[in-house]
Amino acid sequence: MLIRRTRDGAPSEITPQVVWKKRRALVQSAAALGLIGAVSRLRAQSAQPRKLDAKPGPFSTMERPTSFDFVTSYCNFYEFGAEKEDPARNAPSRLRTRPWMVQIDGEVRKPRAFDIDELLKLAPLEDRIYRLRCVEAWSAVVPWVGFPLGELIRRMEPTGNAKYLEFTTLADPKQMPGLATHVLDWPYVEGLRMDEAMHPLTLLTFGMYGAVLPSQNGAPVRIVVPWKYGFKSAKSLVRIRFVEQQPLNSWQRSAPSEYGFYSNVNPSVDHPRWSQATERRLGEDGLFVRRRPTLMFNGYADQVASLYAGMDLSKLF
Amino acid sequence: MNRRSPATTLAVPLLSRVPPVLAPLTFVRLRALLFVLALLPLARLVYRGLVGELGANPVEFVTRSLGTWALVWLCVTLTLSPLRWLTDWAWLARLRRMFGLFCFFYASLHLTSYVGLDQWFAIDAILKDIFKRPYITIGFAAYLLLIPLAATSTNAMVRRLGGRSWQRLHRAVYAIAPLAVLHFWWQRAAKNNLGEPLVYAVVIAFLLGLRALRWWRERQGSVDSRANSSSMVSR
Repeated sequence: MLIRRTRDGAPSEITPQVVWKKRRALVQSAAALGLIGAVSRLRAQSAQPRKLDAKPGPFSTMERPTSFDFVTSYCNFYEFGAEKEDPARNAPSRLRTRPWMVQIDGEVRKPRAFDIDELLKLAPLEDRIYRLRCVEAWSAVVPWVGFPLGELIRRMEPTGNAKYLEFTTLADPKQMPGLATHVLDWPYVEGLRMDEAMHPLTLLTFGMYGAVLPSQNGAPVRIVVPWKYGFKSAKSLVRIRFVEQQPLNSWQRSAPSEYGFYSNVNPSVDHPRWSQATERRLGEDGLFVRRRPTLMFNGYADQVASLYAGMDLSKLF
Repeated sequence: MNRRSPATTLAVPLLSRVPPVLAPLTFVRLRALLFVLALLPLARLVYRGLVGELGANPVEFVTRSLGTWALVWLCVTLTLSPLRWLTDWAWLARLRRMFGLFCFFYASLHLTSYVGLDQWFAIDAILKDIFKRPYITIGFAAYLLLIPLAATSTNAMVRRLGGRSWQRLHRAVYAIAPLAVLHFWWQRAAKNNLGEPLVYAVVIAFLLGLRALRWWRERQGSVDSRANSSSMVSR
């Protein structure tokens, strides 16, 4: 249900205006698209997850958020299966997100493990509506909830040797049936250069659509780096390590000619097997809609282009 | 044709109530029923399109569904002859062309969906795809090979070519089937997600294997009979 049935609830349980307005717009847009079935599922799912209190953050796009139903049913999370619908089928029933610890170590003065509920309260949560561009040439608009990764980095007091961050995703065969297939070397590893990790756009993300992350979208905590292809935004993190050497991210390790370390969204550098010039927006670009042009740095060039000044992005893809 | 394995000898009594030759009206009815049945996957796509149930990425959904069904009809087409050897139902042979044409029909829609809905007729991008992406190259080659088979599927064309050369031409399907599976396999290979293509690979390998076995046995048989006739004296 969108509107809570009256029950003596705490004021904190009242859905914030921003959230319900967003949801109302979402339902209207989905209904406008004739997605009646999708809407009923959206309602059923959005009733359950725990809401997160957040204030509107900067950098949000004015574009219409993709329907919750599509963002949660069309996922790449190979630990739960290689097909788009596998994570939605496998993750919610199998992934245990409590208790959950995130180890933060490497080149920091005070390495330690955080309980997820402590990490969540480290800094004020913000709503950030970002474009998401998958390397497979589809895209979405997702209202994330989190705080800048920089908030955590500063508190960890990195040493002078900390040049990169390495993110590690959970790899538990009991919870993740996809680990049985050897698509990649598990655990999934991603990385960012320190200035990329410190960039105010880079979000340590705990929720989306005003509530905690669904399992298939990387619960309980993930990275979101909106100017890079989606696979750079590692999900279900168990470790963040500060390192001196550039980490070897999983996709680069698996196919170095196809995937690089930077993986910035770049319409002029094609994937060896397909063009990156255009994309298809989930839920919006229907059967008879032309692909839309992909924007340099996924439309965040004003914010991030300076990070790569002087670099040959066709070589450092 | 009458050479049967013990398994088929057992199976045949069970199916023996179906006559090898159907009355003309029965056959026409059966064929009409199968014709409608073969259109259902397309009808389902149209219906889902109309009620907006094509999912997050409709073009991908439609293209993949049409490709899968082209492969299904190809498998059905290739099943009819082995089934006829097994049962002696002569009328099965008369369904081959219809299912072959359904394979071509769904393959055409599959290609149209890619060219039109996905690429929006951007010929330069499509040509680049055909040359740069091996699975598209293979799929395109398989489709090109289907065209002459579809074009010669009428009775008039069978007569014009003559049964023997028509049959020889239509053996191209033995190349098309592995190409189609390879197209599917390669498309999935990047993710190592080969369960579904493997099913089709096994089915096609089995169906082509049956033909190879039969061809080999027939060849053996003719060699044997020749050998027998020449060695008669010494025996």
